[in-house]
Amino acid sequence: MKKRNFKIIIVILSSLLLLSLILYLSWGSYKISPLDIIKTIFGEGTKLQKSALLNLRVPRMLVGISVGIALSTAGALLQTITKNELADSGIIGINAGAAVAAVIFISLKTANYYSELGYLSIYVLPSMAIMGAGVSAAVIYFLSSRNKVRPKRLLLIGLGINTGLNAFITFFTFRGGVSDYNRVLIWISGSLWGSGWNYAKIITPLVALMFILVLLNHKKLDVLNLSDEHAICLVLNLNKERKKFLTFAAILAGTATAFAGNIGFIGLISPHIARKLVGPYHKNFLVISAVMSAVIILVADSLSRNLFSPIEIPVGITISILGVPYFIYLMMKEK
Amino acid sequence: MKKNNKNTITFIVCSVFILIIGLFLGISLGAIQIGVSEIWHSIFNYSEKLELVLVRDVRIPRALCVLFTGGILGVTGAMIQGVTRNPIAEPSLLGVSQGATLVVAIFYAIGISINTTNVMIASLIGAIFSGIIVIGFISRKVNNSSISKILLAGTAMSTFFISLTTIVGILLNQSQMIAFWVAGGFRNATWADFKLAFVVGIIGLIIAILLSNKINVLSLGDDVAISLGQNPEKIRLITLLVMIPMCAAAVAVGKNIIFVGLIVPQIIRKILGEDYRKNIPCSFLLGAVILTYSDIAARMFYSPYETPIGIFTALIGVPFFIAAARKEKG
Repeated sequence: MKKRNFKIIIVILSSLLLLSLILYLSWGSYKISPLDIIKTIFGEGTKLQKSALLNLRVPRMLVGISVGIALSTAGALLQTITKNELADSGIIGINAGAAVAAVIFISLKTANYYSELGYLSIYVLPSMAIMGAGVSAAVIYFLSSRNKVRPKRLLLIGLGINTGLNAFITFFTFRGGVSDYNRVLIWISGSLWGSGWNYAKIITPLVALMFILVLLNHKKLDVLNLSDEHAICLVLNLNKERKKFLTFAAILAGTATAFAGNIGFIGLISPHIARKLVGPYHKNFLVISAVMSAVIILVADSLSRNLFSPIEIPVGITISILGVPYFIYLMMKEK
Repeated sequence: MKKNNKNTITFIVCSVFILIIGLFLGISLGAIQIGVSEIWHSIFNYSEKLELVLVRDVRIPRALCVLFTGGILGVTGAMIQGVTRNPIAEPSLLGVSQGATLVVAIFYAIGISINTTNVMIASLIGAIFSGIIVIGFISRKVNNSSISKILLAGTAMSTFFISLTTIVGILLNQSQMIAFWVAGGFRNATWADFKLAFVVGIIGLIIAILLSNKINVLSLGDDVAISLGQNPEKIRLITLLVMIPMCAAAVAVGKNIIFVGLIVPQIIRKILGEDYRKNIPCSFLLGAVILTYSDIAARMFYSPYETPIGIFTALIGVPFFIAAARKEKG
């Protein structure tokens, strides 16, 4: 990949990101012009603008971006581990594992899903979800390692686990009444509704930390992309590395699911577009995929909030409606 | 060969016996316990007593719907596993029921009443949608990678349909109604549903038995089939076309039931070997047995509430799916 091309792509993507940021912050039932956004950030807006922007939209934006980056990085890791471009933490059941753990925790603890979760729960819930993601990732890994972990076997077993876990979530869906149902629905389909500062201040640093950790490992990930024989020649303990990156993927996917529910397909689309743009070397491609996912989630969430306003559609739904046709197209093309 | 025949007869006798017990349990267990004499009276000596009405209009049609839906699921599973030569193939993972759900949701939205006929039409539209995609993937060439592709495509299609359904549901404030419909199982099974399952099930079973010789040839591999003068693409296409209305009927009557079509043919193959002339009717029988007991579990587990039946079939099915997937190479 030529250096200049990479720079051009960076410039284009950053302007896209900027545009989607402006779109996200200004479009809503209360509109704020781009100029007013800058004013408000520097402390000169009206009281209404301040509260809409600083208390509602900015934290939600931060959560959204973090969720997008977490899922796309998890997806990229899984695609490298399974050597399959169609892998995604939503498809192989890692998100579903997190969702099951979270739903169990919530239904044991209280009937109120968002507002009445206590201060402690805001820390406990993501840990539960990460544990759920970890357990389901471990089960998938363990089951697919007969003799050796085969990438395709891992994908198939993940699909089966995903179907089973979703059936289990359905059980919880029908235990409660109508209002409970709507809350669980948000969980199942993935939504950023109600994300405030108390979410943002946990998820943003956590995802940033994990993302840097993954980036530091970019050379090992590049080696994993080669054939197994090559990787072994380069003195890489394949199973150990696979386990490590699977753990990273589980932590990222679990965190995202804990705060935004089960959002699928974004972990599939953004790494794929990124790989097309800058090639398979992880150092560039992980960054580009993170930016891509931020753009996608901001645009999708803007649409979800405003398209049928005042009714809000879960952002996961918007993303899958956009993502599935692309996915099918990918599969048709793949030989 | 002789020993095999004996096995088959033993299997059929046992399954029929277990099925009859299951039917009896399905009719008698519940919020009101029903005894043998009441079942007898409701059939041969009917009067307007509460228990007899219950047996006649609720319990019996439900038990029979379960039986035939289970049979349909078993047969379609055996057919698709035969023509794809892969034990992971399963019609319910292909997005048929989700496609049907979307059409039903749209029916809700435009105010068409939801009765057996309309639900069957909706299911058929959904099944045709998914069927076209599946045919696109496997009518030409079948190898191992095409199966995992079909499953992925099925997952993607289900997500897509469910997403659109959710939007319709949210906009109409009907999402729980629609979700109840999906997970409904056999809660509202009526005699009309039974007629549908019975007619489609019997006709489908007969066509499947007629096709079984060709499926046998196909299960030996495309090359063998061609050298025996058969056209594998044509057989696959016909089999899939027969499966579409069968899947639609199963969805219309039983809604979203996963993994039955996966487990049944695998068990049958283990016990009886691979001869689809036997496997297809035996799959019908075993599918009926498994679904009958799953439905009893669905009613009794959390009684007086009903648990979605799909959870129980998934509970049995996931281990089978994983066992088959673990044999996958590559």
